[in-house]
Amino acid sequence: MENKRKYVIPGDVVTTGPYRPEQNVILDGNKIISTTIGISEIYDDSVKVIPLTGKYIPKINDLVIGKVVSHTSLSWELDINSCYVGFLPAQDVFGRDFSAHADELSSKLKSGDLVAARIANFDRTRDPLVTIADRDLGKIDSGDLIKISPSKVPRLIGKKGTMIQTIEMATNAAITIGQNGWVVVSCESPEGLLKAKKAIQMVDEKAHVANLTDQVKEMLESKGES
Amino acid sequence: MGGRDTEIVLLDENGIRCDGRKVDEPRRIMIKAGGLKNADGSAYIEFGDNKILVGVFGPRDVHPKHMSNTDTGILRVRYHMEPFSVTERKNPAPSRREIEISKVIKEALEPAIMLDKFPRTAVDVYIEVLQADGGTRCAALSAASVALADAGIPMRDMVAACAAGKAADTIILDVNNEEDQAGQADMPIGYMPSTDKITLLQLDGVLTPEEFKKCVETGIKGCKIVYELQKKALTDKYFGNGEK
Repeated sequence: MENKRKYVIPGDVVTTGPYRPEQNVILDGNKIISTTIGISEIYDDSVKVIPLTGKYIPKINDLVIGKVVSHTSLSWELDINSCYVGFLPAQDVFGRDFSAHADELSSKLKSGDLVAARIANFDRTRDPLVTIADRDLGKIDSGDLIKISPSKVPRLIGKKGTMIQTIEMATNAAITIGQNGWVVVSCESPEGLLKAKKAIQMVDEKAHVANLTDQVKEMLESKGES
Repeated sequence: MGGRDTEIVLLDENGIRCDGRKVDEPRRIMIKAGGLKNADGSAYIEFGDNKILVGVFGPRDVHPKHMSNTDTGILRVRYHMEPFSVTERKNPAPSRREIEISKVIKEALEPAIMLDKFPRTAVDVYIEVLQADGGTRCAALSAASVALADAGIPMRDMVAACAAGKAADTIILDVNNEEDQAGQADMPIGYMPSTDKITLLQLDGVLTPEEFKKCVETGIKGCKIVYELQKKALTDKYFGNGEK
């Protein structure tokens, strides 16, 4: 069984045989071909490639960090670091008795504001509809925005959240990760903030390296002593 | 075509070409993925004395809006030669030739790119020829393919390109500027190596059916050499440290 992970580029044959093609692979005859640069993973019945590059493609239920670009009288438009703009209807913020005459959208969210939002709906015919009507969602008042490659977000979270827990515990920072590659870090102490930012950037740069959690841990601890 | 410069010996009695290559030997090729920070993907290629830089943006919003397609994304390619890329200053305005090359490169890349995944968006490819020495369309196509992969745009396969041709009654690989001017035929080929499909085939000159066949075979051999280098360029950038 060639269950091992493999580095692939577009056009590479990942494997042949009766597998279900999942993310970033296509089936051509009985060959499974990678469509992107990444690391291939073969499971019992399926094959996928974890991408190392590429833009964010919205998925329903993803948590994203968006930046307000503009608004109409009925909705805001959010830059969600994707090829599509996020569409946030005003009713979502003002509630059901929203009136386009009485309520001024810029009183709640202005251009440039950062918002934690969830993708409520998205298909190929329309721009993604986002919502902030949920716990932990809404306007972000404080923190630093870090932009990383969206394809490296899973690495930053780590297996069962180990990586992000490591960083949060070592620095006491609160980190909100958007699936679109935008991360907001807030921390009481300036040193913790700097360290957390450095750790996140380190993950972004070294995403393909094994034992990265240990390396990050080492970096966080070594800095703490000096 | 037609032997403008008759002084030059294109192929000597030992089978060595005017720049010292054998008949089936390509020029020195160097490809580098990445390099431009502001573009989503980029690549730089040196193909003999050709020097070409490619930047890719996208998928992104289409402007002007009326160009967008609700069923699929669109691909836009601009091939441009710098004024200093040739010996006599080239007018930077797009020429007839540049418009043609933009079109053929676009059509050579389209079969490889899965644009249907991004409806209402555009992928823009900007190709800047910094120095030209014959065979820029092949070099540009090879580099564009690396830049698209670097941008993370889903592709069915890479596209490698190399020219073959005929000079001094012999089929040669990778036609250079002199051989293009004084030779008998020039055939640029774009090729998808893993799926074994040709995406670009042009021919300037006259070949017999046998020569044509041999020319295509020779060209594909060249494409495979280019493909190995494309692969290396991407592997070096993304898996460079050699660690897993």
